[in-house]
Amino acid sequence: MERTTIDLWVGIFVALGVAALLGLAMKVGNLTTSNIGITYTVTANFENIGGLKPRAPVKSAGVVVGRVGDIKFDTETFEAVVSLNVDKRYNFPKDTFANIYTAGLLGEQYIGLEAGGDEAMLKNGDKITQTQDAVVLEKMISQFLYNKASESTNDAPAATKSDSASSTKAADDALTASPLDAISKPVTP
Amino acid sequence: MIKRSRLRPFRTLGHRTTDRIWRLGAGARLFWLTLISSGESFRRFHLTIREVYFTGVMSLIIIVVSAFFVGMVLALQGYNTLQKYGSSEAIGVLVALALVRELGPVVTALLFAGRAGTAITAEIGLMKATEQLSAMEMMAVSPIARVIAPRFWAGVIAMPVLAALFSMVGILGGYLVAVPLIGVDSGAFWSQMQANVDWHDDIVNGVIKSVVFGVACTMIALFEGYDAPPTAEGVSRATTRTVVISSLAVLGLDFVLTSFMITL
Repeated sequence: MERTTIDLWVGIFVALGVAALLGLAMKVGNLTTSNIGITYTVTANFENIGGLKPRAPVKSAGVVVGRVGDIKFDTETFEAVVSLNVDKRYNFPKDTFANIYTAGLLGEQYIGLEAGGDEAMLKNGDKITQTQDAVVLEKMISQFLYNKASESTNDAPAATKSDSASSTKAADDALTASPLDAISKPVTP
Repeated sequence: MIKRSRLRPFRTLGHRTTDRIWRLGAGARLFWLTLISSGESFRRFHLTIREVYFTGVMSLIIIVVSAFFVGMVLALQGYNTLQKYGSSEAIGVLVALALVRELGPVVTALLFAGRAGTAITAEIGLMKATEQLSAMEMMAVSPIARVIAPRFWAGVIAMPVLAALFSMVGILGGYLVAVPLIGVDSGAFWSQMQANVDWHDDIVNGVIKSVVFGVACTMIALFEGYDAPPTAEGVSRATTRTVVISSLAVLGLDFVLTSFMITL
């Protein structure tokens, strides 16, 4: 075989390319971090999944224990059916809570599992019954604004009658009805 | 009766349109002929390897140097904006996604069209002008199997390799600016990148893009050379057209491919 220098250079060239691709896969991409071995699948129904996407992480106590498999729409209950691929190493009780959380204020959404106290464990194909929907920011803001508006209309006649007791009661009612209450509760028990 | 001079713009327009369509058809036919007669470029693989050397290895310097600078500029510009939102750690994600998804394949293809595409066009155009291709046909050697097909496959092989190198070197350039120069945390740089760059959605799609660009750029360069009028002026025009058409084709194809890849 002649032209050995050319062969050598082409060999180096292709090796560099393969090395770059490997570097992209290992160092840049999530190929090494995303494989979660053998999994079992459980489903959970949500009334609203917000912006949850397939392959979103499933976390418990902040640890990634699985990934969202696929998301379907049930035409009988009109709910979203989310299947979760959970790592075989992690078992969860049957009464585990599945919540949809948002990473950061506007970050990606993920499913958080909170273990319950049941003796029986979730098996492949089981369904998580206790779920909490995603928080839709727009809905929350509009409800808050609506409550604010109703609060001020309640205030107006109260002020003319100078009945301070009923006005504070109306304000209290508006506050308890506020959807923000649900968030502020765990912070200030 | 309308004067002939008034009709002339329409006639040139029609002539140009039919000429474009004719060239498109001829290019498609050459592509098909290349595909069916590419057996020889794999049986006698040293022909292809020689062309990989000329199109790929010789483009290494320009690809690596420009990738390095593109990565460094991306990091600088990205940092400038990201620190306003207090998320300068996301600079690794920005550099990696921009390079792997878009800039790696596209800029590599543009540089490839300028560096290797013009060389292919000029070489084949001159081979045709000096009647080397006709001489091959006289000797019952198919110029498409012997000359065109090895260059085509060399381009298709070289482009993804160059694009992967471009992305990796660009990310290293971005790292160099972000971590030692600006002082972003090294761990956050890599971990945010790993958390947000997907193997299939980002890296494999980038490779698919670069393969498509490789087919398009090499085929355009080969066709322009094969179709060039056998004069000095004809070859020079064909070389210019290679760069123009390749660049437009790459940018247009990039939009089409991206719209297929991004699922809304």
